[in-house]
Amino acid sequence: MLGNFIGVLFDGVAYGSLLFIISIGLSVTMGLMNFVNLAHGAFAMVGGYACVVVMTRLGVPFLASLPIAFVAAAAAGIVLERSLYRRLYRATHLDQVLFSIGLVFMSIAATTYFFGPQQQPVQLPEFLRGQVHVLGLDLGTYRLFLIAVVIIITVALTWLIERTRFGAEIRASVDNQQASAGLGINVYRVFSLTFALGSGLAGLGGGLGIDVLGLDPTFPLKYMVYFLLVVAVGGAGTIKGPLFAALILGIFDVAGKYYVPQVGAFVIYVAMVVLLIVFPHGLAGRRT
Amino acid sequence: MSALPTQRWSKLEIGFWLIPMVAFFVFPKYLTLGSQILIAALFALSLDLILGYARIISLGHAAFFGIGAYTAGLLAKYGWGEPISGLVAAAAVATLTGLVTSFLVVRGQDLTRLMVTLGIGLMFYEIANQASWLTGGVDGLSGVEMKKLFGVFSFGLDGRTAYLYSLAVLFVVFCFARTLVRSPFGLSLRGIREGERRMPAIGASVPRKLIAVYTVGAGIAGVAGALLAQTTQFVGIDSLGFPRSAELMIMLILGGTGYLYGALLGAALFMLLQDYLSNLNPVYWQFWLGLLLVLIVLFARGGLMGGFIALRRRFARGRS
Amino acid sequence: MRSSLFVSRRAVVASVLAATVGLSTSGIAWAADPLKIGLILPLTGPFASTGRQIEAACRLYIARNGDIVAGRKVELIVKDDTGAPETTKRIAQDLIVQQKVNILAGFGLTPLALATASVATEAKVPMVVMAAATSVITTRSPFIVRAGFTLPQVTAPIAEWALKNNVKRVATLVTDFGPGLDAEKTFVKRFTEGGGTIVESIRTPLQNPDFAPFLQRVKDAKPDALFVFVPSGQGTAVMKQFGDRGLAAAGIKLIGTGDVVDDDILDAIGAPALGVVTSFHYSAAHPSPENKAYVDAFMKANNGMRPNFMSIGGYGMHLIYEAEKKTGGSNDGEKLVEAMRSMSWTSPRGPVSIDPATREPVQTV
Repeated sequence: MLGNFIGVLFDGVAYGSLLFIISIGLSVTMGLMNFVNLAHGAFAMVGGYACVVVMTRLGVPFLASLPIAFVAAAAAGIVLERSLYRRLYRATHLDQVLFSIGLVFMSIAATTYFFGPQQQPVQLPEFLRGQVHVLGLDLGTYRLFLIAVVIIITVALTWLIERTRFGAEIRASVDNQQASAGLGINVYRVFSLTFALGSGLAGLGGGLGIDVLGLDPTFPLKYMVYFLLVVAVGGAGTIKGPLFAALILGIFDVAGKYYVPQVGAFVIYVAMVVLLIVFPHGLAGRRT
Repeated sequence: MSALPTQRWSKLEIGFWLIPMVAFFVFPKYLTLGSQILIAALFALSLDLILGYARIISLGHAAFFGIGAYTAGLLAKYGWGEPISGLVAAAAVATLTGLVTSFLVVRGQDLTRLMVTLGIGLMFYEIANQASWLTGGVDGLSGVEMKKLFGVFSFGLDGRTAYLYSLAVLFVVFCFARTLVRSPFGLSLRGIREGERRMPAIGASVPRKLIAVYTVGAGIAGVAGALLAQTTQFVGIDSLGFPRSAELMIMLILGGTGYLYGALLGAALFMLLQDYLSNLNPVYWQFWLGLLLVLIVLFARGGLMGGFIALRRRFARGRS
Repeated sequence: MRSSLFVSRRAVVASVLAATVGLSTSGIAWAADPLKIGLILPLTGPFASTGRQIEAACRLYIARNGDIVAGRKVELIVKDDTGAPETTKRIAQDLIVQQKVNILAGFGLTPLALATASVATEAKVPMVVMAAATSVITTRSPFIVRAGFTLPQVTAPIAEWALKNNVKRVATLVTDFGPGLDAEKTFVKRFTEGGGTIVESIRTPLQNPDFAPFLQRVKDAKPDALFVFVPSGQGTAVMKQFGDRGLAAAGIKLIGTGDVVDDDILDAIGAPALGVVTSFHYSAAHPSPENKAYVDAFMKANNGMRPNFMSIGGYGMHLIYEAEKKTGGSNDGEKLVEAMRSMSWTSPRGPVSIDPATREPVQTV
């Protein structure tokens, strides 16, 4: 019984890790740049398809395809930021919603055109498949891998934003654009890079997620709710908030489905509503 | 804003309402599409009350639409097929549900409200799915049999009854909403929209007003859902789903929030575009729809109404 | 009101177009008016791949058999219903009122077919259901004929197979919607009647990203086999998890209908798909000459896309062609349905016939 429980906990943490990787980019754009980017999933999809294409057509191994996914999505992010998103920083949130939904529709149709509507295959390398035995427990290898990736990303991001010059520039630009520009910070460049970072993380998540979530053209719409969920519960603009939120929601979801499969789908929504009512500004949100 | 806005109808408004009436005679083959546009317009109107006038961003508004639809559908399925009393019952149930859930929604800021409404919507979806013995679950509620409207007009293939019935209901509800937003209550809502924290200073209870308008919006959404159930004689579980809420939001923002007419225009434009584009290209039409949305945001902030008002202002400035 | 002008102008254009189309068809009505088939499918959204398969199969059938039947030119009007029932019904109404279609076909999901049933009855137009697989559909209108399959048809044999092959304890995992419940019911009934026990019955939500917890629960229940039914497209995830979780290693067999090993997604599943026992009415690997020709032509016409079980439903165009031939190019819905009853032929999936009483297909599974 206890073994089951630890197994469930492990799966929940792994599932939460995946939610975190995919959503953290949105927390960056929404919290730091105050842009409601519902097209976040489209960048994840770009990463996912980049993975599949280099793996199936060029024979690149899975692990090597992940950085490519990051770069592809980040590049798409920079291009769109420079050409379109930049014009809308001062628009209302509602206009931003309409704009980014428009992008989602376009990305879905374009992906269907180029790749067809079916699920895309991904072949994990042998050493990431199956299970490993640890202290009498069967743990999924790929899930362990996901958790490891999350730990690396969290540490790297925290270091980037809190310890580097670039991070300081981001924080300054967010707090006061005019003053930052006056201090010689190129605010536009900082925002471009931040946006690229957010998109790149989404792309990485898209690539990592194929094996669990699947990949087809409706991806950006299908999982939009999950991205928003993690960011809203965690509080936009932080790293810790979405991390805790993703883990809690992942554990609740897996535990709900395991112990009470009859009402499994309820659990995650109930958890979300309760968390939001108790913490209206998110777990790590700044109170105003 | 010293005096109450006038309740009189301008020529422009009267002209606007002539369009759907003329359309009835000019496009007799498009009445089924027409009635669904009218229903979408009514639904968008209900969201405009709470988003445009009270700034509550809701991504779960389809919950009330679906509750209205199931109420009317179930009544008709189990023998009570009279349409108008069905509408009233649906409105009552949706209003009550709106009132109960409104207490959860009033707390928090934009993103929190967005997600709480979304969560509530998803829960209702799951409830309908679990109660498949009653709702038919994912297969939908079929066997909805409507009686003739006023005992005379049946809901036939040509869609005439459905169109006129929907138009009449839309007009009546619109008049109600128009009166509401121009009343002192409506003005205080506008005050909340412009500065939520200042309102208590002039003695207005913000939460109570938000609850009231949210409840009214829920009731109207219920009427729209009931109309759809009655005119199509079927209720799909997707009437409660997240995509419907999201699509509704797109329609409203497209038309422009906070004018009431924006809701009607946005719904009409969105549905016509969707129908037109998907006829041109049934597989990739979403691309063109998305492109249009992007262009509209880039060139007309605040949706159609926003663009329209900006144009008029520029025109007036050019003359003076 | 600039914008409302815009709206009405769009509508005027549309109606003028419709009017000219109407004129041109009525002009030649005296000869043999075209046979208009309204094909309504989900071509966008989560079930787009179902729609695409069927559309491709219908077009292929026309390409291989000519677009003239019983002296009438076949016109296929393809519409996207996005998977929303009221849209399906509206399109069906529009097709009948505006375009005067002779036959409605397609229907990717059960609710879409159910919502439209009343239209078929009222307009007396035959409605050929090509994919939606819940058994109740044909009871909703006397004008519905099914060209695809029903779930009880394909699940019963797998229950018998399990009983014969010494599988005593089975867990079931189905998606929580009409076809899933149908499959679960049939399987459980046959299996328990034959003396087997069901240790666990799990229903997963339709929108379900992660199967891990459900499969873990199955693994902990230690059955001999797991019966799975999920909609086309989700099979990949189940199969992979089944392998990765070590259910196969724990000696649990995976049994189910062919949906889990949908030919369209076999590539995405890879190795775990080997060793799964399924029962279904179609596989691209079925070794008949009809099938081989079909698969080759399908892949050639569709850029290498492999036909799956959905496409075979679309190949039910045959039904429409034969009914037209039999009735000498009739427009009468009742006559056409009458002709479709009691039909039999050799399709790529093997011999098929339509049961005159239920209007359901009878086929070798």
